Amino acid sequence: MWRDRFAALSLALVSGCATTNGDERDPFEGFNRGVYRFNETFDEVLARPAARTYVKVLHQEIRARIGNFFSNLADPFIGVNNFLQGKLEDGVNDWARFAFNSTFGLLGIHDVASDMGLEKHDEDFGQTFGRWGAGPGPYLILPLLGSSTLRDGVGTGLDIWLDPMGDIRPINLRNSLIVLRATNLRADLLEASRILEEAALDKYVFQRDAYLQRRRSLIYDGRPPREKFE
Amino acid sequence: MRQLLRVLLFVVGAFAFPVAGQDMAPDALVKNVTLEVVELIAKDKEIRAGSRAKLVSVIEAKVLPHFNFAAMTALAMGQNWRKSSPEQKKRLTEEFRTLLVRTYASALAAYSEQKFDFRPLRARPTETDVTVNVRVLQPGTQPVTIDYSMEKTASGWKVYDVMVGGVSLVVNYRTEFANTVRASGIDGLIRDLSAKNRSLSEKK
Repeated sequence: MWRDRFAALSLALVSGCATTNGDERDPFEGFNRGVYRFNETFDEVLARPAARTYVKVLHQEIRARIGNFFSNLADPFIGVNNFLQGKLEDGVNDWARFAFNSTFGLLGIHDVASDMGLEKHDEDFGQTFGRWGAGPGPYLILPLLGSSTLRDGVGTGLDIWLDPMGDIRPINLRNSLIVLRATNLRADLLEASRILEEAALDKYVFQRDAYLQRRRSLIYDGRPPREKFE
Repeated sequence: MRQLLRVLLFVVGAFAFPVAGQDMAPDALVKNVTLEVVELIAKDKEIRAGSRAKLVSVIEAKVLPHFNFAAMTALAMGQNWRKSSPEQKKRLTEEFRTLLVRTYASALAAYSEQKFDFRPLRARPTETDVTVNVRVLQPGTQPVTIDYSMEKTASGWKVYDVMVGGVSLVVNYRTEFANTVRASGIDGLIRDLSAKNRSLSEKK
């Protein structure tokens, strides 16, 4: 029984591997494409329809408030990551954002800090490790979470472990909030994923290369050393 | 006779350089074109009602003259460009151009309501290869950066790559192109590109 399953699974992996293009950044392409297909199916039958309904039911103004609320909860750890990367000024900026938005911004639903000139940053532990000199390692597709690398996957693990949302009780409320956050995020990405669909010949490859480029750019805060064209 | 020749020369010259502002600095060019196109979109009833064809025609008229598609295609093809025949190069450039215009139209339709922050160019006047930075500001999220790589040519500054949020379009198509060429040759890539374009134009 178990041996059969194991055999079927390894066969799926091996046959998956046969279709790879031998990209050195993506040694597990066969396996990744399997997870990718799972994620795509999940997106098609559950996440995307939910996001579409969500957009239809809730006015843009309200969705923006919900987005702000979750964005505010993330700012303290964005600040921590800026401190860990030695960017003290940016870290102070992030904590000031949290202070102003949590109070004057009514628990974060209004982004008053941006109006005051305190810009939102994009940081996480994966970027911090990159800043410390860690290379990306092999490309990975995580179940439900999508594109990642070994380095960013470890970073994401830390991000989730330290996520303040995890401490919210009762559990039902916590789970509802996590689903709401995910739906709101997916709704924000509806346009982008449609454009990706139009632009790509092979969506898997296009998305992978865009992810790797994007992360590299983020680690250098938008100013990566220029790669030379051949 | 000499008079006539001069007039003729003038007319030919005017056709050879139909684009206004070819002596314009690259950052000023990006700013003018962006603002002009965004304003056109905001005013146009058909585009606001969702006409993709009208939007594409605006992009063709206003934006495309400032792009060097042959250079973009060559960079995306990498080493395979040298292995392509002139006819293949022509077809590749056409198909790639069509695909990029469609993608650009979709992006513009989705994000035209944003505010732009045009960064002043930091380059010496003698430089012939520069990057012009634009930031798209959105409340609540980190601004999206758009970097135009531009090269000075005889007919003004031309864009040969666009980076959105640190993702270079040219670099992103490289692997896709290389994989397709490896699997089914340069003609296979041309076939795939034109099939992609056909399926997109049928959808709308």
